Amino acid sequence: MNPICPTPFLNEDRILLAHGGGGRLTHQLIDRIFVPEFRNPALEALHDGALLTVGGARLAFTTDSYVVRPLFFPGGNIGDLAVYGTVNDLAMCGARPLYLSAGFILEEGLPVETLRQVAVSMRQAAGAAGVSLVTGDTKVVDKGKGDGMFINTAGIGLVQSERPIGPASVQPGDAVLVSGDLGSHGVAILSVREGLEFESPIVSDTAPLWTPVAALLEGGIEVHCLRDLTRGGLATSLNEIAAGRGAGIRVEEAAVPVREPVRAACEILGLDPLYVANEGRFAAFVPAAQAEAALGILRRCEVSAGAARIGEVSQEDPGSVILRSRIGGHRVLDMLSGEQLPRIC
Amino acid sequence: MKFLDEYRDPEAVARLASAIRKRVTRPWTLMEICGGQTHTILKSGLPDLLPPEISLLHGPGCPVCVTPVELIDRAVAIAARPEVIFTSFGDMLRVPGSSRSLFNAKAGGADVRIVYSPLDAVKLARANPSREVVFFAVGFETTAPANAMAVWQAAREGLRNFSVLVAHVLVPPAMEAILSAPDCRVNAFLAAGHVCTVMGYQEYEPIAARYRVPIVVTGFEPVDLLEGIHMAVQQLESGRAEVENQYSRSVRRDGNLPARQRIAEVFEISPRCWRGIGEIPASGLRLREPYRAFDAESRFAMEGLRSFESPECIAGLVLRGVKKPHECPAFGTLCTPESPLGAPMVSSEGACAAYHQYARHARSLRSA
Repeated sequence: MNPICPTPFLNEDRILLAHGGGGRLTHQLIDRIFVPEFRNPALEALHDGALLTVGGARLAFTTDSYVVRPLFFPGGNIGDLAVYGTVNDLAMCGARPLYLSAGFILEEGLPVETLRQVAVSMRQAAGAAGVSLVTGDTKVVDKGKGDGMFINTAGIGLVQSERPIGPASVQPGDAVLVSGDLGSHGVAILSVREGLEFESPIVSDTAPLWTPVAALLEGGIEVHCLRDLTRGGLATSLNEIAAGRGAGIRVEEAAVPVREPVRAACEILGLDPLYVANEGRFAAFVPAAQAEAALGILRRCEVSAGAARIGEVSQEDPGSVILRSRIGGHRVLDMLSGEQLPRIC
Repeated sequence: MKFLDEYRDPEAVARLASAIRKRVTRPWTLMEICGGQTHTILKSGLPDLLPPEISLLHGPGCPVCVTPVELIDRAVAIAARPEVIFTSFGDMLRVPGSSRSLFNAKAGGADVRIVYSPLDAVKLARANPSREVVFFAVGFETTAPANAMAVWQAAREGLRNFSVLVAHVLVPPAMEAILSAPDCRVNAFLAAGHVCTVMGYQEYEPIAARYRVPIVVTGFEPVDLLEGIHMAVQQLESGRAEVENQYSRSVRRDGNLPARQRIAEVFEISPRCWRGIGEIPASGLRLREPYRAFDAESRFAMEGLRSFESPECIAGLVLRGVKKPHECPAFGTLCTPESPLGAPMVSSEGACAAYHQYARHARSLRSA
């Protein structure tokens, strides 16, 4: 057998966990299966949500599924995650989130009390994000066929930005901002999964992000691109934007905020915080001349009080993200090919 | 973070880089043994700071990379058995065998689980008496004590459903194999700090003397590596060939005696095949007679396994420091982390993976 296929369709003949990791394999599925089959202009923008004009109204529409394990983790649970995740995808389109749907896939044997607690969290999260849960669906699968509970939410929002927000609007010279310290959500989940305890508990950053985005738009900031730093973390999001725009992005490692306990946990687990998932953090691309003003606005919002300027868009190295390390060397900050794995020694 | 930040300090790095620039008068080629060191070098962009006279070669110190393809195939076949829970460090899962990796086996329904410690595998065996729990005992001398401990513990408890698939390799015989090859380019070694934490560095002294090669036991952070390079350059420039210890905060000349005793009790030295290099005499470990009952290779006898390597992969040349990863014609084209031809492209300590992840950028390739 020749291990090299002359016309590779997919490199794997079965779905691997890494196909859901948000990295290169996820993009293979999107590029080689979903986009060719579903092809249309709204989809092909490949943004966090689709932008649609319906009867004169400019809408953003998005969906996301939540399969987090454990269902409850420090700082949140699958319920508020399912609300905030979808609300944030709308916010990243510059849209005010309005209405959500919720689909529940429940495993036979799940305590009703667990479902009630999740529903309570979803109500509270919807209140905090200013959205209503207006329609839904429930399915139950046999015991052993689901991980307790999966949730899918979809959301509709009203686009508030006059200018298009997305990778295509990114300009050379733009400043790259992040809305706060990175890595808390992924590490909070992993620490529960792996039974790790830290002196100061690491709490998920899950939060709704429309407030700081609205503040930027109302503050007259010419926002070029927004991206929430979920699956695959900062590194993956920046790579998507660099590839989408054909621009180079430079990142200053020392400027990227990561809290001490998160850094320490990542060291222990052999993870790079730049690839760890966040659920309440985003990157914003704004003109360099407005970077300080934008930072000031973000820092006045509680959820983005730790905002920082971490890099810039350049004309060199189109399509790549280049990191200047703490010690002054340079390297590629690549997209992850699969899941981050615990290392051997 | 204490004990880390001081070894990543930009000022200390700049001081050492300048000291190296001042001391060096002619070209020298240094090899860092450990894949962990290779990754620090590329991840921190350290070659940008070195004078052009210094070139770094990346050594064979990636246990995942040198595990023979036959053993990966065997692991995949064992993992596919319905009674087996196959446990491994995460790194091993993506490594391609002849046709499949453990990840592929997992997607095909095999019960493959990542553990952080071999003792977790023992715990799994205890909790699942009706299943066979197999641990993939991969690694250099660094992981040998914990793997020996797991077998010792299982023996003490009389756990009959636990076994290990042993793929242990040793550093000094690999260094000698590199030094005695006719195409050897190495002037000095940065020895692997973690391996020496366990074994000490006495066994390197005869190698330094016989081959007239400086060996500096070196740590894993940027300051460690630059200090190790500085010490090696000083030796080379003054014509010395000794064993020195940069990583003294962790390494003693005798190593960790209780750990060495446990290894010696459970394992004995044996010949071993290295992927891409071939068989090296007395370069591996196998279970001693009293512990042979825990050997997964004999417990799960496999007939008819036929293994083969990709003919395009030059991993052997990369692992011996003869070629750099990007000098391989398949690098980044036929061979990528998503569809690897060889293990160095997917292991977290593999040199090809380090180049692919950190240094595909034209400028960093020039300086690397």
